[in-house]
Amino acid sequence: MPEEILASFTVKRLSILDENGKVDADLMPPFSDAEIGRMYEAMVLARTFDERAVALQREGRLGTYPPIRGQEAAQVGSALALSPAEWIFPSFREMGVHLTLGYPAAQLLQYWTGDERGQKAPERLNIFPFCVAVASQIPHAVGAALAVRYRRDPVAVVAYFGDGATSKGDFHEGFNMAGVFRLPLVFICQNNQWAISIPLKGQTASATLAQKAISYGFEGVQVDGNDPFAVYRATRQALEKARSGGGPTFIECLTYRMADHTTADDAGRYRSAEEVAHWRARDPILRLERFMAQRGLWSEQAGLEIKNRLTGIIDAAVREMEAIPPPAAAELFDTTVARLSPRQTAQRKG
Amino acid sequence: MAQLNMVQAINQALGDEMARDDRVVLLGEDVGRDGGVFRVTEGLLERFGSERVLDTPLSESGIVGAAIGMAAYGLRPVAEVQFMGFTYSAFEQLIAHAARLRSRSRGRFSCPLVVRTPYGGGIRAPELHEESTEALFCQSPGLKVVVPSGPYNAKGLLLAALRDPDPVLYLEPTRLYRMFREEVPESDYTLELGKARLAREGSAVTVIAWGSMLERVLKAVADYDAEVIDLLTLNPFDVEAVLASAGKTGRVVIVHEGARTGGFGAEIAATVAEEAMLFLRAPVLRVTAPDVPVPLAKLMDRYLPTSEQIKAALDQVLQY
Repeated sequence: MPEEILASFTVKRLSILDENGKVDADLMPPFSDAEIGRMYEAMVLARTFDERAVALQREGRLGTYPPIRGQEAAQVGSALALSPAEWIFPSFREMGVHLTLGYPAAQLLQYWTGDERGQKAPERLNIFPFCVAVASQIPHAVGAALAVRYRRDPVAVVAYFGDGATSKGDFHEGFNMAGVFRLPLVFICQNNQWAISIPLKGQTASATLAQKAISYGFEGVQVDGNDPFAVYRATRQALEKARSGGGPTFIECLTYRMADHTTADDAGRYRSAEEVAHWRARDPILRLERFMAQRGLWSEQAGLEIKNRLTGIIDAAVREMEAIPPPAAAELFDTTVARLSPRQTAQRKG
Repeated sequence: MAQLNMVQAINQALGDEMARDDRVVLLGEDVGRDGGVFRVTEGLLERFGSERVLDTPLSESGIVGAAIGMAAYGLRPVAEVQFMGFTYSAFEQLIAHAARLRSRSRGRFSCPLVVRTPYGGGIRAPELHEESTEALFCQSPGLKVVVPSGPYNAKGLLLAALRDPDPVLYLEPTRLYRMFREEVPESDYTLELGKARLAREGSAVTVIAWGSMLERVLKAVADYDAEVIDLLTLNPFDVEAVLASAGKTGRVVIVHEGARTGGFGAEIAATVAEEAMLFLRAPVLRVTAPDVPVPLAKLMDRYLPTSEQIKAALDQVLQY
């Protein structure tokens, strides 16, 4: 008997907006000028927040903080496709998603000062607390999707994670269950190419991360993660598919972590200035500005005005955050369990 | 009232609660068509359908992690991990997430789930099928650890666990699954979590045990004036009941089948030392497994605490 080919596959890459600001008109989502302006402002807001958070950390006003710089297109582009009803399971580097969904900036900053009250999501948002244990949020998203399916709710579930997460067991276990049960899930990987000091090639021998989905029986697609239109389009399609019973999708957003892993890290120890410069030239915000300028939607002056306005918003958030009284000692206990044990009650009294 | 063994009592509790509350959903390996490897979930797939009894892939971290997401969404999942030795791959999910979700989200999300898992030695099974590492899970504030010792309390504790607003690890002593029957009311009843049971009254010595050791302890103390406390819940354990009995008898022996060092007996002994020392007439003793990995069948009798060891400890404290 001759050997047979039982499976073969292709991996798609989606790109709409190139580095020079030119778009593929066939693939471009039908955005109005106003919507493009809102997308731009959301990306600049995320950048402004991030710059301020890093500065506050340097001044000793914030704890260790993981910058999102360079990942604004992946975060804002995907978040703009979500509805507030969606259930979202972030890792810890998605502040741009939070801000775009309307999570209060003051509360995000509050968390990074070391105040866990910052993770109590507003009632209107179904967004889980940041997940520091890499990839372990993926099974939670699977469970929420099982519940969505059981309740026949018209929503999808979204899990965010990075390239490092794809090496973990919970990535496998979650993806496998998502495929077996054909769940209403969208997995969004921000492949920023570095997990602290380990580059992508030290993380996997796969040519792409997107192709990993194929082995779990569902679609994986790579998108240009610095292209907000491509990220938006892929996310939107995946959400529609999920909500209509078409099962899960894995979106690999190929992007770049322009900053250090955290404010406690020095990326100069393990990657070259040339590489960083290469990606700085591919900054997602620059790219969108070029596109908007060609359409007459952006100028240096207009950009400056927007930046100043958004800086004012972040200034106000910082003031609001710093005016929050520190947590009372009883905070340690009050949400540990619904009803404290006698021993915990005694400890709470101190 | 029907005479049921523990498997039947647990099965009845699950079925009754599923009928009462459509948020209760079972998931795990082989829990559906096969009814679970110990047949604890037998008949539930037929009765409630595959939307409520999910046969999952072989995926302990995935099962417990998914149960967390289901619970946060508003369901009341019951995850079965086939043997306690396989909870280790779900340890992160239990400790880093289930036990902390309420706290991490400052009450925005909670995690009302039950993880059921068979535990304990003496069933002639392969490696990692006879673990008793409950102490590992008891240092996780936010996670309740419950261990029934018979059919009656198995049902009442499980119904309480299923209605608890926080996560519960429910350890089922495999050796007792079919060892004996008890009268189990068909009616709905719960036993409050965190409350011990006075299994036998006595005045000369207090023996504290739980789960699989209870039956062995009750046989061993037959000729002693011993009070036996069945903890039923390890985390949080009933400090008041322990101290009351220690104060009454002045002698305490703790029996558990897990290894001695860092075992849950250490927490009880420390509590007695801190809070009841002035009532003690003798040192607090522990009868436990030795500090070695759980062996296979040929050495299990040498590993598990025996009736003779329990009696020797009683004799020793009664000398004072």
